[in-house]
Amino acid sequence: MTRLPYLKLVLATLAFGTVLSVVMLIPNWFGEEGSTAAPEIDRLLDVTIILSSYIFAGVCVALGYALIKWRVKPGDESDGLPIHGNTKLEIIWTMIPLVIVLGLGAYSWIVLDDIEAKDNDAQIINVYSQQFAWTFGYPEEGNKWSEGELHVPVDRQAIFKLNAQDVLHSFWVPEWRIKKDNVPGITTEAVVTPDKIGHYQIVCTELCGFGHATMRALVVVESEADFAKWVKGLSQEVPQTLELTADQALKVEQEAQAKEGGIGGSGVDETGKDNVDQS
Amino acid sequence: MAMAIRQPGWYRGAIGTLLGAAFGFFLVIGLRALMGLDIYQTEQTGYPHIVVPLITAPFGFLFGLGAFDYWFRWAAGKPTIPEDHSGHGATKWQDYFKFNTDHKVIGTQYVVTTMFFFLIGGLLALMMRAELAQPGSQIVAANTFNGLFSTHAVIMIFLFVIPVFAGLANYVLPLMIGAPDMAFPRLNALSFWLLPIAGVIFISSFLAPGGAFDAGWTGYAPLSTGAPLGQSFFNIGVQFAGASSIATALNFLVTIITMRAPGMNLWRMPLLVWANMSTSLLVVGATPFIAGAQFMVLLDRVLGMNFFEFLEGGDVLSYQHIFWFYSHPAVYIMMLPGFGIVSEIISTHARKPVFGYRLMALALIGIVVLSYSVWAHHMFVAGMFDWLRVPIMITTMLIAVPTGIKIFSWLGTLFYGKIHVYSTAMLFALAFIVTFTIGGISGVMLGMIPIDIHVSDTYFIVAHIHFVLFGGSVFTIFAGIYHWFPKMTGRMYDEKLGRVHFWGTVIGTWGTFVPMHWIGMDGMPRRVADYASQYGDWNLFISVFAFILGSVQLVFFYNMIVSWRFGPKAGDNPWRSNTIEWQVSSPPPVFNFDEIPRVVGGPYEFGTPGARHAIMGGETPADIPEPKPTTVTAPS
Repeated sequence: MTRLPYLKLVLATLAFGTVLSVVMLIPNWFGEEGSTAAPEIDRLLDVTIILSSYIFAGVCVALGYALIKWRVKPGDESDGLPIHGNTKLEIIWTMIPLVIVLGLGAYSWIVLDDIEAKDNDAQIINVYSQQFAWTFGYPEEGNKWSEGELHVPVDRQAIFKLNAQDVLHSFWVPEWRIKKDNVPGITTEAVVTPDKIGHYQIVCTELCGFGHATMRALVVVESEADFAKWVKGLSQEVPQTLELTADQALKVEQEAQAKEGGIGGSGVDETGKDNVDQS
Repeated sequence: MAMAIRQPGWYRGAIGTLLGAAFGFFLVIGLRALMGLDIYQTEQTGYPHIVVPLITAPFGFLFGLGAFDYWFRWAAGKPTIPEDHSGHGATKWQDYFKFNTDHKVIGTQYVVTTMFFFLIGGLLALMMRAELAQPGSQIVAANTFNGLFSTHAVIMIFLFVIPVFAGLANYVLPLMIGAPDMAFPRLNALSFWLLPIAGVIFISSFLAPGGAFDAGWTGYAPLSTGAPLGQSFFNIGVQFAGASSIATALNFLVTIITMRAPGMNLWRMPLLVWANMSTSLLVVGATPFIAGAQFMVLLDRVLGMNFFEFLEGGDVLSYQHIFWFYSHPAVYIMMLPGFGIVSEIISTHARKPVFGYRLMALALIGIVVLSYSVWAHHMFVAGMFDWLRVPIMITTMLIAVPTGIKIFSWLGTLFYGKIHVYSTAMLFALAFIVTFTIGGISGVMLGMIPIDIHVSDTYFIVAHIHFVLFGGSVFTIFAGIYHWFPKMTGRMYDEKLGRVHFWGTVIGTWGTFVPMHWIGMDGMPRRVADYASQYGDWNLFISVFAFILGSVQLVFFYNMIVSWRFGPKAGDNPWRSNTIEWQVSSPPPVFNFDEIPRVVGGPYEFGTPGARHAIMGGETPADIPEPKPTTVTAPS
């Protein structure tokens, strides 16, 4: 049995992996960056791409080498060496991926905590979604609302409170890298600090019916002054029908229970008071 | 004629279908009339007078076909028709259209039926790619498009990938473990016949008012609870496909546990058997969850229950938890049997024992255990409780470890081997290693929450799932069909056409699915009939390659059909393999073995002179030379 040319194989893997990662890092995969979270997520992706390139290169080099070296000549009917395994090698290739994924997991956790950290001066913005339109409420500005157009000041954190009126929708601005589903019955939350002035688009990414592909809204990131001017121009308050948030869904539920008078429940009086207290 | 109607078969099946449908229909309108309700309830989601017959008609069909005859006679205390195996074997093509209890006939029925659905699912995909070749709307309207991708996914998952593996294993596995048949032949036949029923239900949903189900194969509530009638076809079709899966998995488990030939202990089982045992453990544990989820949606729709109705106290997110508790393990249900196939093929064509056999088997079990703990990685942006995300991320990424073990062990098997690449089966197995590695790597990326937040529900997901399910599962399916084609038909396929099919499929797969990663990361959402014009060029590129990929499958179908009829005789063991199915004739005798074989060694003893896996009937142990202990370890 010949000894494997370990050095050559390792060098080939390193060379191929390096070429691959360079080629893979040249395109700007995620596109333009428009929030403080974007560079962090992009860096995480780049690290993952580099590691993946070397792993993929290793698989390709091993496969290619085996095919060149041990492909049979026509007419050779003999068998290969009866090697059943190698415990040391098997432990190595169990441990290396384990360390890599745990490392990437830890790194991801750090990034996640970072991008979801909340600022004290964050602005709350309510987002209402329904087939197939987006509307936005500004509770800090007298609950004024805007249809189909979201304005946010640059360099100030926005906490979007996401609501859905009918089915699931999903709030995504690709340049911000942040996405969260709008779920009927509960209010979900997305934290973004836009850091680049410009026009973007909200893309609905949860299938919501025949108009799903066209469910878009304009996003304008602008200076604090421009934002203040724009928000002053809004005249109407968020209509009552849109305010169907988690609280109200809960209230509906409790009223329904109260009306039915404790079906199947023990210790619930006719007014349903216990029910309310328990929940 | 009167005789034909009384005998189990298609005449009685047709009448049974009509009677079953009529029973369901009159039951509904009778009950509604009694209760003083409108006879016909035709609100968008209702239609009980169609939904209930959709459940009862298939049972009428199965009864007519003869699926329950034996059990009914037995239950009624009548003399059963003695089990003389008269339902065994197939001598003419019509026999394949009967309720047949021979595992080899059932295996063939499975593979041919699922390949037919592969064709249908593929045509649906090409219709989508035709629409997506250019931005804007050209060929189909947006809601029709939603129906196309929903039925495409459902047919490919429930009627192609999952059952085709069950079919291949049905044929090969009993032979491999030296068993005369599956443990429950009648249940086995019933499992098969549930499949075409599910297929007919899914496809006929295109005829329902409002069109085919169009809430995606995921059928998320509340889009699905409020969708038109077609959605109920999905809810019901899944029950039949799921029941088929569960029954087959139970059958495999009992067969593997109780019917192995003497001498075949767990560590002498071929890895294909290990793989199907692991898959079956997933199916029996997880599949009931999707059945439950779809029943809950159906009850919401037809009876106005409020499982997922948020205004009435229902919980929208709980649908996703229940759904993915099945549907993530389902990905492994669609992959583990392929792992088994690849192990068999690589070992045989590299003329070497599988490297690290025991760790390979344990890796399968590791994947089974882990895969029950990762469902919520589909819900990182779904608005579920935040604390669950990091634990699920860790378990998700840990699955890369056993999966990596498998990839490295296949490579290790090739080293110091004698690699034959003349067989199309081996080519697909080798290409599988490379493409599946890509799918695995993008899977690790998706497990990382911050990356997932960005690319969730984009074309990146479409790329990932197709690298796993096409570059992974479908490659192994092709490998398996080519590998066991000589055994199943007794004839050899055309290797030249096999190569055309292989290279066309590899180029088509990469050309179609690689660019999807890029446009997804750049901002193109999935499940859209129209998209921003900046993605137009790449979409045209993808569509061109999708059509190459689609059309080259015709070569495969031509090769299989013509070779089955006219191919040269294959011989019993064209690949010089050690496992038991290759030691019997091609195609195997009706009852597999005259005498049950005795297993005396591991399944992959290549390179050890005189080593045997099994002693077949007719041989006496004295004929068998003692294997020399020649275990060699690789240099470290």
